[in-house]
This record gives sequence, C-alpha cells and structure tokens, in this order.
Amino acid sequence: MALQSKYQQLIDAATAAGVANLQVREQDGVLYIDGDAPSGAVKDQLWDVYGQIDPNFAGGDLVLNVNATAEAGTSVKVITESSNLNIRKGPGTDQPIVGKAAKDEVITLVSKANDQWWLVRTADGEEGYAYSQYLEPVV
Amino acid sequence: MKKKFSVVLVAFAAALMLGFTVTSCKSKPKDADIKTAVEQQLNNPAVSVAVTEGAVTLTGEVIDDAAKAALATSAQTVKGVKSVDNQLTVTPPPAPVVISADDSLATAVNDAIKDHAGVTAAVKDGVVTLTGEVKKADLAKLMQKVNALKPRKVENKTVSK
Repeated sequence: MALQSKYQQLIDAATAAGVANLQVREQDGVLYIDGDAPSGAVKDQLWDVYGQIDPNFAGGDLVLNVNATAEAGTSVKVITESSNLNIRKGPGTDQPIVGKAAKDEVITLVSKANDQWWLVRTADGEEGYAYSQYLEPVV
Repeated sequence: MKKKFSVVLVAFAAALMLGFTVTSCKSKPKDADIKTAVEQQLNNPAVSVAVTEGAVTLTGEVIDDAAKAALATSAQTVKGVKSVDNQLTVTPPPAPVVISADDSLATAVNDAIKDHAGVTAAVKDGVVTLTGEVKKADLAKLMQKVNALKPRKVENKTVSK
C-alpha cells in the first residue's frame, strides 16, 4: 500500500484522464499500473507525472504500462524523435527493412502482431511491421 | 402532611432520574464493548463494525462469498450481539501480474534499446537492468518501451547526459 501512496498522484491522473481497463496492483515490492490511454497525449502526461515523482525513473518500484490503443484499420501517426520509422518484413529488429515512414506521417494500422509490433501500410502502399511505441492513434 | 408528600415526591423524582442515568450509563458502553469484542473476534482491518443496541452492522470489502458469510457467523457468536446486518461487499482479488519469460523478454528488450546506442540491457528472472548512457531527452522514451514489455521490474542504472 505504501507504493500506492507514493504514486497516488499518477493513479489519480490516470483515472481523471479516462484510462480504460486501469489496473493498479502491488506485487513483491513493485507497483504495476496497466491500462489503455485514450490518446498519446494522455500517455505522455502520465509519464510527465511519473517523472515528477521519480525524475530519473530509477526507483525500480513501478512498471507503468499505459499505452495509447489504436484499432486495426484506423490511422496512426509516426512519433519518432526526428528520424524515419523503419518498416520491417517481420516483427523484430532482426528483420530486413522494407520501407520507411517519416516523422508525423499518418499511416494505416492493418493489424497487430503483438503489443510491440504492428503491421502497417503507408500511403505509398509499403506494408510491413513497425514498432508500436513510435505510433500513436490519430484522435 | 403536605410537606411530607412533597419530600416523598422529590425523593421519588430523584430516584427516577438516578434510575434513568444508571440505565443510560449501562447501555452506552455496552454497545461500545460489543463493538470492541466483535472487532477482536473478526480481526479483519478491512471490515468496519457498527453496533446499535446490540444490533451489529458489518461493512467493508471481502474477497469472496464464503468470507462474507463466515465473518457474519463469527460476529453472531460474540456475547451481547442480538443480530447481524451483513452489508459486506464481495470484491474478487485482482489477477496476478503477468511477467514475460526471460527469453522472449530479452528479445523484446533488444528491440526496445536498438535505437538507444550506448544503452546495454541485462535480463534475469524478469528483471531488466539498463546500464550505459542515454540522452536525458530520450530517457522517458526508453523507459516507455521497456515498461511495455511486461517485465517484473526495471532497474534503470543508466546515466543521463
């Protein structure tokens, strides 16, 4: 319960921002916060709050897994820092690159291979797997 | 004669008042005593006990119907308890946290740190330990990626530059 009070501000922010399927569980000295954020902005906001509580994310006592959900068939935006996003033949960084999407480019989410790798298609028709942490739903 | 009658009346009134006082003194701590006894009997910090003239009301959350019934039965056995109003609610415990197996976690971690040159990761028993150097601006992104992989915990020992 002590960890819940340490991160109460974060839990409150997630609740207030409308995070769906929110789960807050404490197990063996680690607090796990899981849920589906309605947008990439909400996810960023929660990480800002986390950063205020633990500026270097060095506590080792929280696993914050709240990600912006996107449905298959919808548009997603590339949110790389500055570089292009690699589109790969299969779900893994060991897979050959078959295309690229620019920062801020809007592409189509075709399906999800798993939580990390999503099958996407660009406007040019390039299709392959991209890393989901560089994609956010277009709201 | 008249005077004597008033004295008797006053004495009677005084006795009556004393009687009331004694009765109220007797009943009030009794509820409090019952409350304490029931709390001791149940020994469950999640359950609140209220007592009014021997009628016990239980409120709070328990994990299943069996616990709910058992607590009420247990409260009923305490001396002085006339009735038990069981207002406990059943809230099932959350499912345990799913932790990724080390081999799939290691593969996923390697994908996650690929864009962060200078960062090294080790995976053991679900614990991801990050070492090396990372740009301050990229730290949150790195942590977002690793936190999404269902690790047991993330030990961030990187140095921000």
